[in-house]
Amino acid sequence: MDLKVNGRTYQLEGDPERHLLGVLRDELDLTGSKYGCGEGQCGACTVLLAGAPVRSCLTPLRVTAGKAITTIEGLATHGKLHPLQQAFLDADAFQCGYCTSGMIMSAAGLLAKSANPAIPEITRAMQGNVCRCGTYPKIIAAVRMAAAKGGSHA
Amino acid sequence: MLEAERYELFQGPAYRFTPDRRDFFKILGGGIVVLLMMNHADGQESGRRGGGNAIPKEAEAWMHIGENGTIQFFTGKVEVGQNSRTALTQAVAEELHAPVQSVEMVMGDTDLVPFDMGTFGSRTTPTMAPQLRRVAIAAREWLLDLAAEEWHADRATLKIENGRVQGASGRSAAFGELTKGKNLVREVGAGAVSKPRCESVAKVNGRDMVTGQHRYTSDIKRPGMLYGRILRPSAFDGKLVSIDATGAEKFPGVQVVRDGNFVGIVSAEAHVLPHALAAIQSEWKAPSQPGSKDLFTYLRPAPAAVDATYTIAYIAHVPLEPRAAVAEWAEGRLTVWTGTQRPFGVREELAQAFQIPESQIRVMVPDTGSGYGGKHTGECAIEAARLAKATGKPVKLVWTREEEFTWAYFRPAGVIDIRSAANKDGILTKWEFHNYNSGGSGINTPYEVAHKQVQFHDAKSPLRQGSYRGLAATANHFARESHMDDMARTAEIDPLEFRYRNLKDARMHGVLEAAAKQFGWGKSKPRPNHGFGIACGFEKGGYVASCAEVSVDQAAKRIRVERVVTAFECGAIVNPQHLKNQVEGAVVQGLGGALFEAIEFEDGKILNGKLSRYRVPRFSDLPKLETVLVDRKDIDSAGAGETPIVALAPSIGNAVYNAVGVRLRSLPMSL
Repeated sequence: MDLKVNGRTYQLEGDPERHLLGVLRDELDLTGSKYGCGEGQCGACTVLLAGAPVRSCLTPLRVTAGKAITTIEGLATHGKLHPLQQAFLDADAFQCGYCTSGMIMSAAGLLAKSANPAIPEITRAMQGNVCRCGTYPKIIAAVRMAAAKGGSHA
Repeated sequence: MLEAERYELFQGPAYRFTPDRRDFFKILGGGIVVLLMMNHADGQESGRRGGGNAIPKEAEAWMHIGENGTIQFFTGKVEVGQNSRTALTQAVAEELHAPVQSVEMVMGDTDLVPFDMGTFGSRTTPTMAPQLRRVAIAAREWLLDLAAEEWHADRATLKIENGRVQGASGRSAAFGELTKGKNLVREVGAGAVSKPRCESVAKVNGRDMVTGQHRYTSDIKRPGMLYGRILRPSAFDGKLVSIDATGAEKFPGVQVVRDGNFVGIVSAEAHVLPHALAAIQSEWKAPSQPGSKDLFTYLRPAPAAVDATYTIAYIAHVPLEPRAAVAEWAEGRLTVWTGTQRPFGVREELAQAFQIPESQIRVMVPDTGSGYGGKHTGECAIEAARLAKATGKPVKLVWTREEEFTWAYFRPAGVIDIRSAANKDGILTKWEFHNYNSGGSGINTPYEVAHKQVQFHDAKSPLRQGSYRGLAATANHFARESHMDDMARTAEIDPLEFRYRNLKDARMHGVLEAAAKQFGWGKSKPRPNHGFGIACGFEKGGYVASCAEVSVDQAAKRIRVERVVTAFECGAIVNPQHLKNQVEGAVVQGLGGALFEAIEFEDGKILNGKLSRYRVPRFSDLPKLETVLVDRKDIDSAGAGETPIVALAPSIGNAVYNAVGVRLRSLPMSL
């Protein structure tokens, strides 16, 4: 089957039930999406599937057929950071950084459908993403910063 | 005698033999190398260890400027999210008068960096930063010497600016121009260092984090690498009785590795491993073990007559990156990448496990997906190395979340008993404090009291336990500060005033005052079902006071923390932005231990070892956070990764009491 990731098409064979996260990380060497729990509880594996955030650790390969997948590696364009990536840097919205790509992808999904979300909306949309270092206040600040700069499109 | 750091007590090797200094250039290439001669007291923690009173004969390289001008500093500390890479880079760049971007901080690579006990106990800022500053100053002065010599110039007219040596004549040189063709070594000893500049510098490798380019251990790929999984016993201390692994071997490419109780599988295709593992039939025999329901009577069998008893549950660190390791063997030499807070400790564990000399092992620690005291050990590294040895190929092993919840270690559970008395003026007259099992950190009361008995009691922990952010200071502060609150109310004195009356420590007074002022303590009354609480503490050279506002819904048994003000003072501030991050992070993480985290277990099995069964703080739990940083430029900087967590739980508990008159004496607190 064909897998469309970050504008490239990969031809894959084998078990269509295997999870997208493992395919991205182990087979395509796109390791920006992280394993954190394997049950969709931490959000570290979040990618965009046809523009909407999904937990790639629970997404079987077969449901991705023909749909465009965006991972953290595909967010910057021509070396220019996506407004959310820049905002996370500017707001210092990470400590260990392990949750960061999932946070940014969830936020990208949010901004794609709601250009200027208020804090309660951000909280709801990001509730499934865990940061154990506790940088939630900085992440909220980063999402608002990116929204203010028109962060809904790269 | 109390072991204050009971759960961080790790011994390094008694002797460590380092290479001859000529070897530095073989490893690092030409240029100049600065060695730091450690005195014995420093050597206890980082730098070479002499063993007893042996005088060090060889020093280790702490800094190298290559012939092409590359600037490398070497430290055994690791980056697990506490931003030490940035803080240390900032420190040496400042002394070297060079841009932050021009410095590479080589961290946690046992082949390259000086011996270090590990990254824990908030020691990177107070000890490692001054050591590296000393080295950077020596390099700076040396570069001036080299330029003066080469240019036949008066040294006093030379200076370094923005990473270049500048002469009075307008002549200037990059560092590489001065180190080219040289193989020089210089030793430095103790000396004065500048006070940190107090500046917010962005995380040095932040761009790699936001683009997904940073390679954590779990992201590393090696040529020909296999993926591994381990078959776990049915319960703790389980012994393998029988096994039939033919089911696993039926999967194409799956190989089973067995060595006594150790059973693992490998495959070039990671996705078949869970299925192959499930196809193994095994039978284990495990002893019967106590459970979380009767934990506290197990830890402290016979309660004495006490005023109050507090209990503390086991909690898990839940680092978002679980334990991971990549191991490969080549010509009898073992190389391991792993996320650990103790690279040299893991090297020692590997040497013991495989009966090979430490000199044959290299442990490297990529910047790691957090630790919080939970990654001191090398279980995963040993397992990966065992699989790699059996298969002759590099093997990556990433623990599942369930494994991390079960086979790592926990913050100790405990029971704390208190007896106390105060006179009619609210002055403490008696303080008796017994901690069973949870630990000795922060056990001493900062309050003045004539008759004091403070004691830690050992117990046989049913679960494997170890370090956690702040260690037992969280438990001991929770009990002490909750009890102080009760005493204040009994004496009908405002809790803040009650604390002031019993304190002589000006720094503690200072943070209490700062927190109370920001919070508006005493200025207003809480709304119905809301409450205000205050608590304070000191640990590891830092002072903290927290004020909390909570709302309580008794019918729904719901406690919500609405607002937390934290005042923190750890001497001179290095990087205010990152310090604030550490304080806020500690508060957010502390909410979990305060209100909902607890490990449930029974008969050697963890019952809630997955994220869907173990609640950690999320976005919706976030209170309004206000942080007051008290900068004491006259006091040496202490670390900040731990202490800000210790006053949070009691400030919440005291606020709950204020709201509804119920005293909660168990962590996590629930109605």
